[in-house]
Amino acid sequence: MPEMNMVGAINDALRHEMRKDPRVLVMGEDVGKVGGVFRVTQGLFEEFGEDRVIDTPLSEGGIIGTAIGMALYGLVPVPEIQFADFIYPAFDQIVSELAKMRYRSGGEYASKIVIRSPVGGGIRGGHYHSQSPEALFIHTAGLKVVCPSNPYDAKGLLLASIRDPDPVLFFEPKRVYRAAKGDVPEGDYTVELGKAAVTRPGKHVTVIAWGAMLYEALAAADEAAKQGVECEVLDLRTLWPVDIDAIVASVKKTGRVVVVHEAPKTCGFGAELVALINEKAFVHLEAPPIRVAGFDTPFPYSLEMEYLPLAHRILPAVLDTARF
Amino acid sequence: MVATVTPLRTLDAPLADERVVALYKHMVLARALDERLVHLQKEGKLASHLSAIGEEATIFGGIAALREQDWVFHYGREAGGALFRGMPLASYLSHVFGSSGDGGKGRQMPGTFASRAARFASASAPIGTQITHAVGFAWAAKLKKDDVVALSCFGEGATSSGDFHTGLNFAGVFKAPVVFLCRNNGWAISVPAERQTAASSFWLKGIAYGVPGVAVDGNDLFAVHKAVAAAVQRAARGEGATLIEATTSRKTDPVARVKEHLEARHLWSEKDDAEHASRVRAELDVALALAQSEPLPPRESMFDDVYRSVPWHLHEEREELQKCPK
Repeated sequence: MPEMNMVGAINDALRHEMRKDPRVLVMGEDVGKVGGVFRVTQGLFEEFGEDRVIDTPLSEGGIIGTAIGMALYGLVPVPEIQFADFIYPAFDQIVSELAKMRYRSGGEYASKIVIRSPVGGGIRGGHYHSQSPEALFIHTAGLKVVCPSNPYDAKGLLLASIRDPDPVLFFEPKRVYRAAKGDVPEGDYTVELGKAAVTRPGKHVTVIAWGAMLYEALAAADEAAKQGVECEVLDLRTLWPVDIDAIVASVKKTGRVVVVHEAPKTCGFGAELVALINEKAFVHLEAPPIRVAGFDTPFPYSLEMEYLPLAHRILPAVLDTARF
Repeated sequence: MVATVTPLRTLDAPLADERVVALYKHMVLARALDERLVHLQKEGKLASHLSAIGEEATIFGGIAALREQDWVFHYGREAGGALFRGMPLASYLSHVFGSSGDGGKGRQMPGTFASRAARFASASAPIGTQITHAVGFAWAAKLKKDDVVALSCFGEGATSSGDFHTGLNFAGVFKAPVVFLCRNNGWAISVPAERQTAASSFWLKGIAYGVPGVAVDGNDLFAVHKAVAAAVQRAARGEGATLIEATTSRKTDPVARVKEHLEARHLWSEKDDAEHASRVRAELDVALALAQSEPLPPRESMFDDVYRSVPWHLHEEREELQKCPK
């Protein structure tokens, strides 16, 4: 089994599915000849040509709007938004059109597309190359939201996303694009949407994370273990529909929970997770659920490592929760 | 969605007499339907209605220029055209009243219907968003080497939206086989055309995108048909998109103009007109009564079609609703 990084695994998934399914095409800014600004689509233009790996005008609204039309015709576009921070010009198309197409037509039409986009900070990207907008799309009925943390999941989840009947936002944690490495099977396999993974089993505190912050949660868990606190780290993988059973099962075991995410705390996905835990596992809780999140400021440039919920911020939250 | 390809039919040929008669009959139906629905709205029996009164020549001229395999991306005022292309009247009226017979399951306001039978895409209320869908759809047909053209309908107000710019830009760059049909009636709700653009007309906006622009009298069925048919033909030849500005005016009645044309050619008489009006009245009486007597969709159906399968959280919410007394 070859070792790959996230970039290679996502590239492998796209290449695999494009060979298998002639309806699948890639479109976006710089995805063609140059292979994407992160090189995720490298080599696809040479193999599949300009009709299936399409360099588009610089217009996110146009990329998503035309992708919706292509999907209505029966193609399966996998548009790339170069950075999730630039997704807002397409917000109307995603929220008003993509998410509602099946519902508003009573099931007569569906627009199946997978929007790939890098998210997250820690790459010195400042306000506009660092944000994590997942909550906006989780809040929108009709969309599925996925965020892998490792190459194996990235390939398996992307193949599952492309084959899923519903529109998917596939957020790629760019900070670990090349840092996260692992064995990735050749050929076909999928990782089922809607299933979390227990990345580290433990009995004292449940730590819920995804994407690049999973590694911070694991680092915090290592430190906590030295102080006698065993964390169970859950990697959500699919953010929506979330694997509520896995969360409840873990919280029932530990009675204590810390949710970690890069996006600002207020109305972030952590708020929804804590509410769900309160609704479904309140009697099992031994301590108030805690969120460790990005601060409620725009994403800062110079101080990004102070902004992000890194291990040194997660650890005290874990210990406080354990000792509550 | 697999397009069936049929040979070019209406292209080049002027409208045959029997087709003009068929169009006129549908224009009369569309006018009568609009009048009845406007009346029902004023009576409070209908939440809203997007009337197309006075714009029938543009709507029917555009629709009549399409071939069977072509598609329409509409925005809510083209119901008459959908009926002409095969949407059953009963389906449309069930949609208008949001009742259980609505293919859209009562989820959208009147006008924003979808009809696969008529090859009408699904409309929404945000202005201009359907323009890029039409471009993507037509572009996909071109990529698959299918002979399919998309007709994108919008009002002059939509030319101020970002999607108009985006749609024309993409259509120009990728030579998408799409026809942009802009109905300029001079007003977007309360705002006059001079507040939409400082340009002297809307058709010339195409120039900036490499998309030829054409201006026609939007009250003239034949002029609109000719312009759209030429644009469809151009698109089908692989030469790309056309922007057509059809200016409508209240100075003449576009339906009466077709009637005069038919009468002058002895294809239609006052007697025919009275008989047809009477048939339309009877048909609408029955269809409207039926649609108004239909029940609303079952409340549990609210949770269907958000996703193809109902996920856990919507199962829970459906159970929550079912526990509430009706």
